[in-house]
Amino acid sequence: MSKRYSALSLAVEGLRGHTGWAPVWRHPQPKPAYDAVIIGGGGHGLAAAYYLAKLHGVQKVAVLEKGWLGGGNTGRNTTVVRSNYYYPESVALYDLALRLYEGLSRDLNYNIMLSQRGIVNVAHSDAEMEICARLANAMQINGVDAELFSPEQVRRVAPAMNFDPKTRYPVFGGVWHKRGGTARHDGVAWGYARGADALGVDIIQNCAVEDFLIEGGVCKGVITAAGTIRAERVGLAAASHSATLAAKAGFELPTHVYTLQAMVSEPIKPVLDTVVLTLGTGTYVSQSDKGECVFGGGIDRIPSFAQRGNPPVHESVIAGLLDAFPGFGQLKLMRQWAGIVDVVPDSSPLIGPSPVPGLFLNCGWGTGGFKAIPAGGWLLAHLLAKGEHHPISRPFDLDRFARGALIDEAAGSGIAH
Amino acid sequence: MQLFPCPFCGTRDETEFRYLGEADTLRPAGGGAAPIAEWTRYLYFQRNVKGRVAEIWSHVPCGETFRMERDNVTHVVTGSASLRKESAS
Repeated sequence: MSKRYSALSLAVEGLRGHTGWAPVWRHPQPKPAYDAVIIGGGGHGLAAAYYLAKLHGVQKVAVLEKGWLGGGNTGRNTTVVRSNYYYPESVALYDLALRLYEGLSRDLNYNIMLSQRGIVNVAHSDAEMEICARLANAMQINGVDAELFSPEQVRRVAPAMNFDPKTRYPVFGGVWHKRGGTARHDGVAWGYARGADALGVDIIQNCAVEDFLIEGGVCKGVITAAGTIRAERVGLAAASHSATLAAKAGFELPTHVYTLQAMVSEPIKPVLDTVVLTLGTGTYVSQSDKGECVFGGGIDRIPSFAQRGNPPVHESVIAGLLDAFPGFGQLKLMRQWAGIVDVVPDSSPLIGPSPVPGLFLNCGWGTGGFKAIPAGGWLLAHLLAKGEHHPISRPFDLDRFARGALIDEAAGSGIAH
Repeated sequence: MQLFPCPFCGTRDETEFRYLGEADTLRPAGGGAAPIAEWTRYLYFQRNVKGRVAEIWSHVPCGETFRMERDNVTHVVTGSASLRKESAS
């Protein structure tokens, strides 16, 4: 059990030369059986385990991770959190996530470094401004903060941008979402892991799930390299590998697996204290506390399970950045990386029971899973504890494709997901 | 920059190609009489194989639609065949 973090504990440890810090989660061997097993030790899986133990009192919970905690998309995103969505179903989901993020450092007693610095989606034409007005109105009706910005207001929050009216993507204004911002991605994974471990959850790393234990058509556990682990209920939160694992359980998912890349510049002095997304190029950028400009854009258009990006998209993302911030052309690129994202045709996630009883899904987050971690975990915990949907997750059930009840956020909010 | 083999033009830059879908995905027979589950599967669901896959691609400049076999982890292409009737024989 790790100690409670406070200014006092930090001061005391400082005087002791920081020799008293202990590891904050155990490395247990898997037990033969659990009440619930969650596949995937990223943010969503760890959050689900935390809420399952904390809110639902489920005693025996395990998280199985094939690599290390947060080593997949949780550690590969651009750390942006936001709730600027169009449809009421999406707002209920993503605003739950943002509200949980707002109280998370206190809840977990772990600083996730949430910085609600605001995010502005920049438009480049009168037509795009009308779409921005539509989005801002929808957000306000759904109870989320949104403000339509003039070019002057964009200049006030992002003065380093290119405001030349003759540029390819001139600034006509945008939508301002003040509660959006960034959070420390590793901190989110580690905070949930620490919290879950303290509540008795077994977090088992380097333990890949190879198959499912299916008896009488019902999922009764998983088969891993470390042996068979029985479970009353199994949660699948493995992002792109959810589809690969679904095939083992005998069903398909409506996901397309693509590479999404991101990159950082060398660190510089503070120049950008918001998140900027330009609608014309899809490039978005923020500046980290270390001073690096963190940016990304659209997905690679070639279906891929390789965790690396191809040069054409790399080039177009950088071109988009330099159109918006010509001054950044002086910067050296320090790192570039990629994750593989499972994109659903309507750009909304898959949360709910799978076709195999006993197995529940939390995947299909596509390019926007990080911002949704607290809600994805919270809703998967509800599913695993109760065996049925919470009203917020019901619209995101796999059955929406047969019913034609898609929640098309790619068309609705018009922003990259 | 990856080069893909167009059966008509030869190797070209990856940016000239468009992914159309997994190969061997057959439209349900019977039109509206086919069960909703079959249409749903055809329209939305994917096999999502990791590793060696067969896919349908289009080379946009020449319009050639073809079947490409490749590995989606290593990105190595192992086969490319036109879907035109005259090249099937």
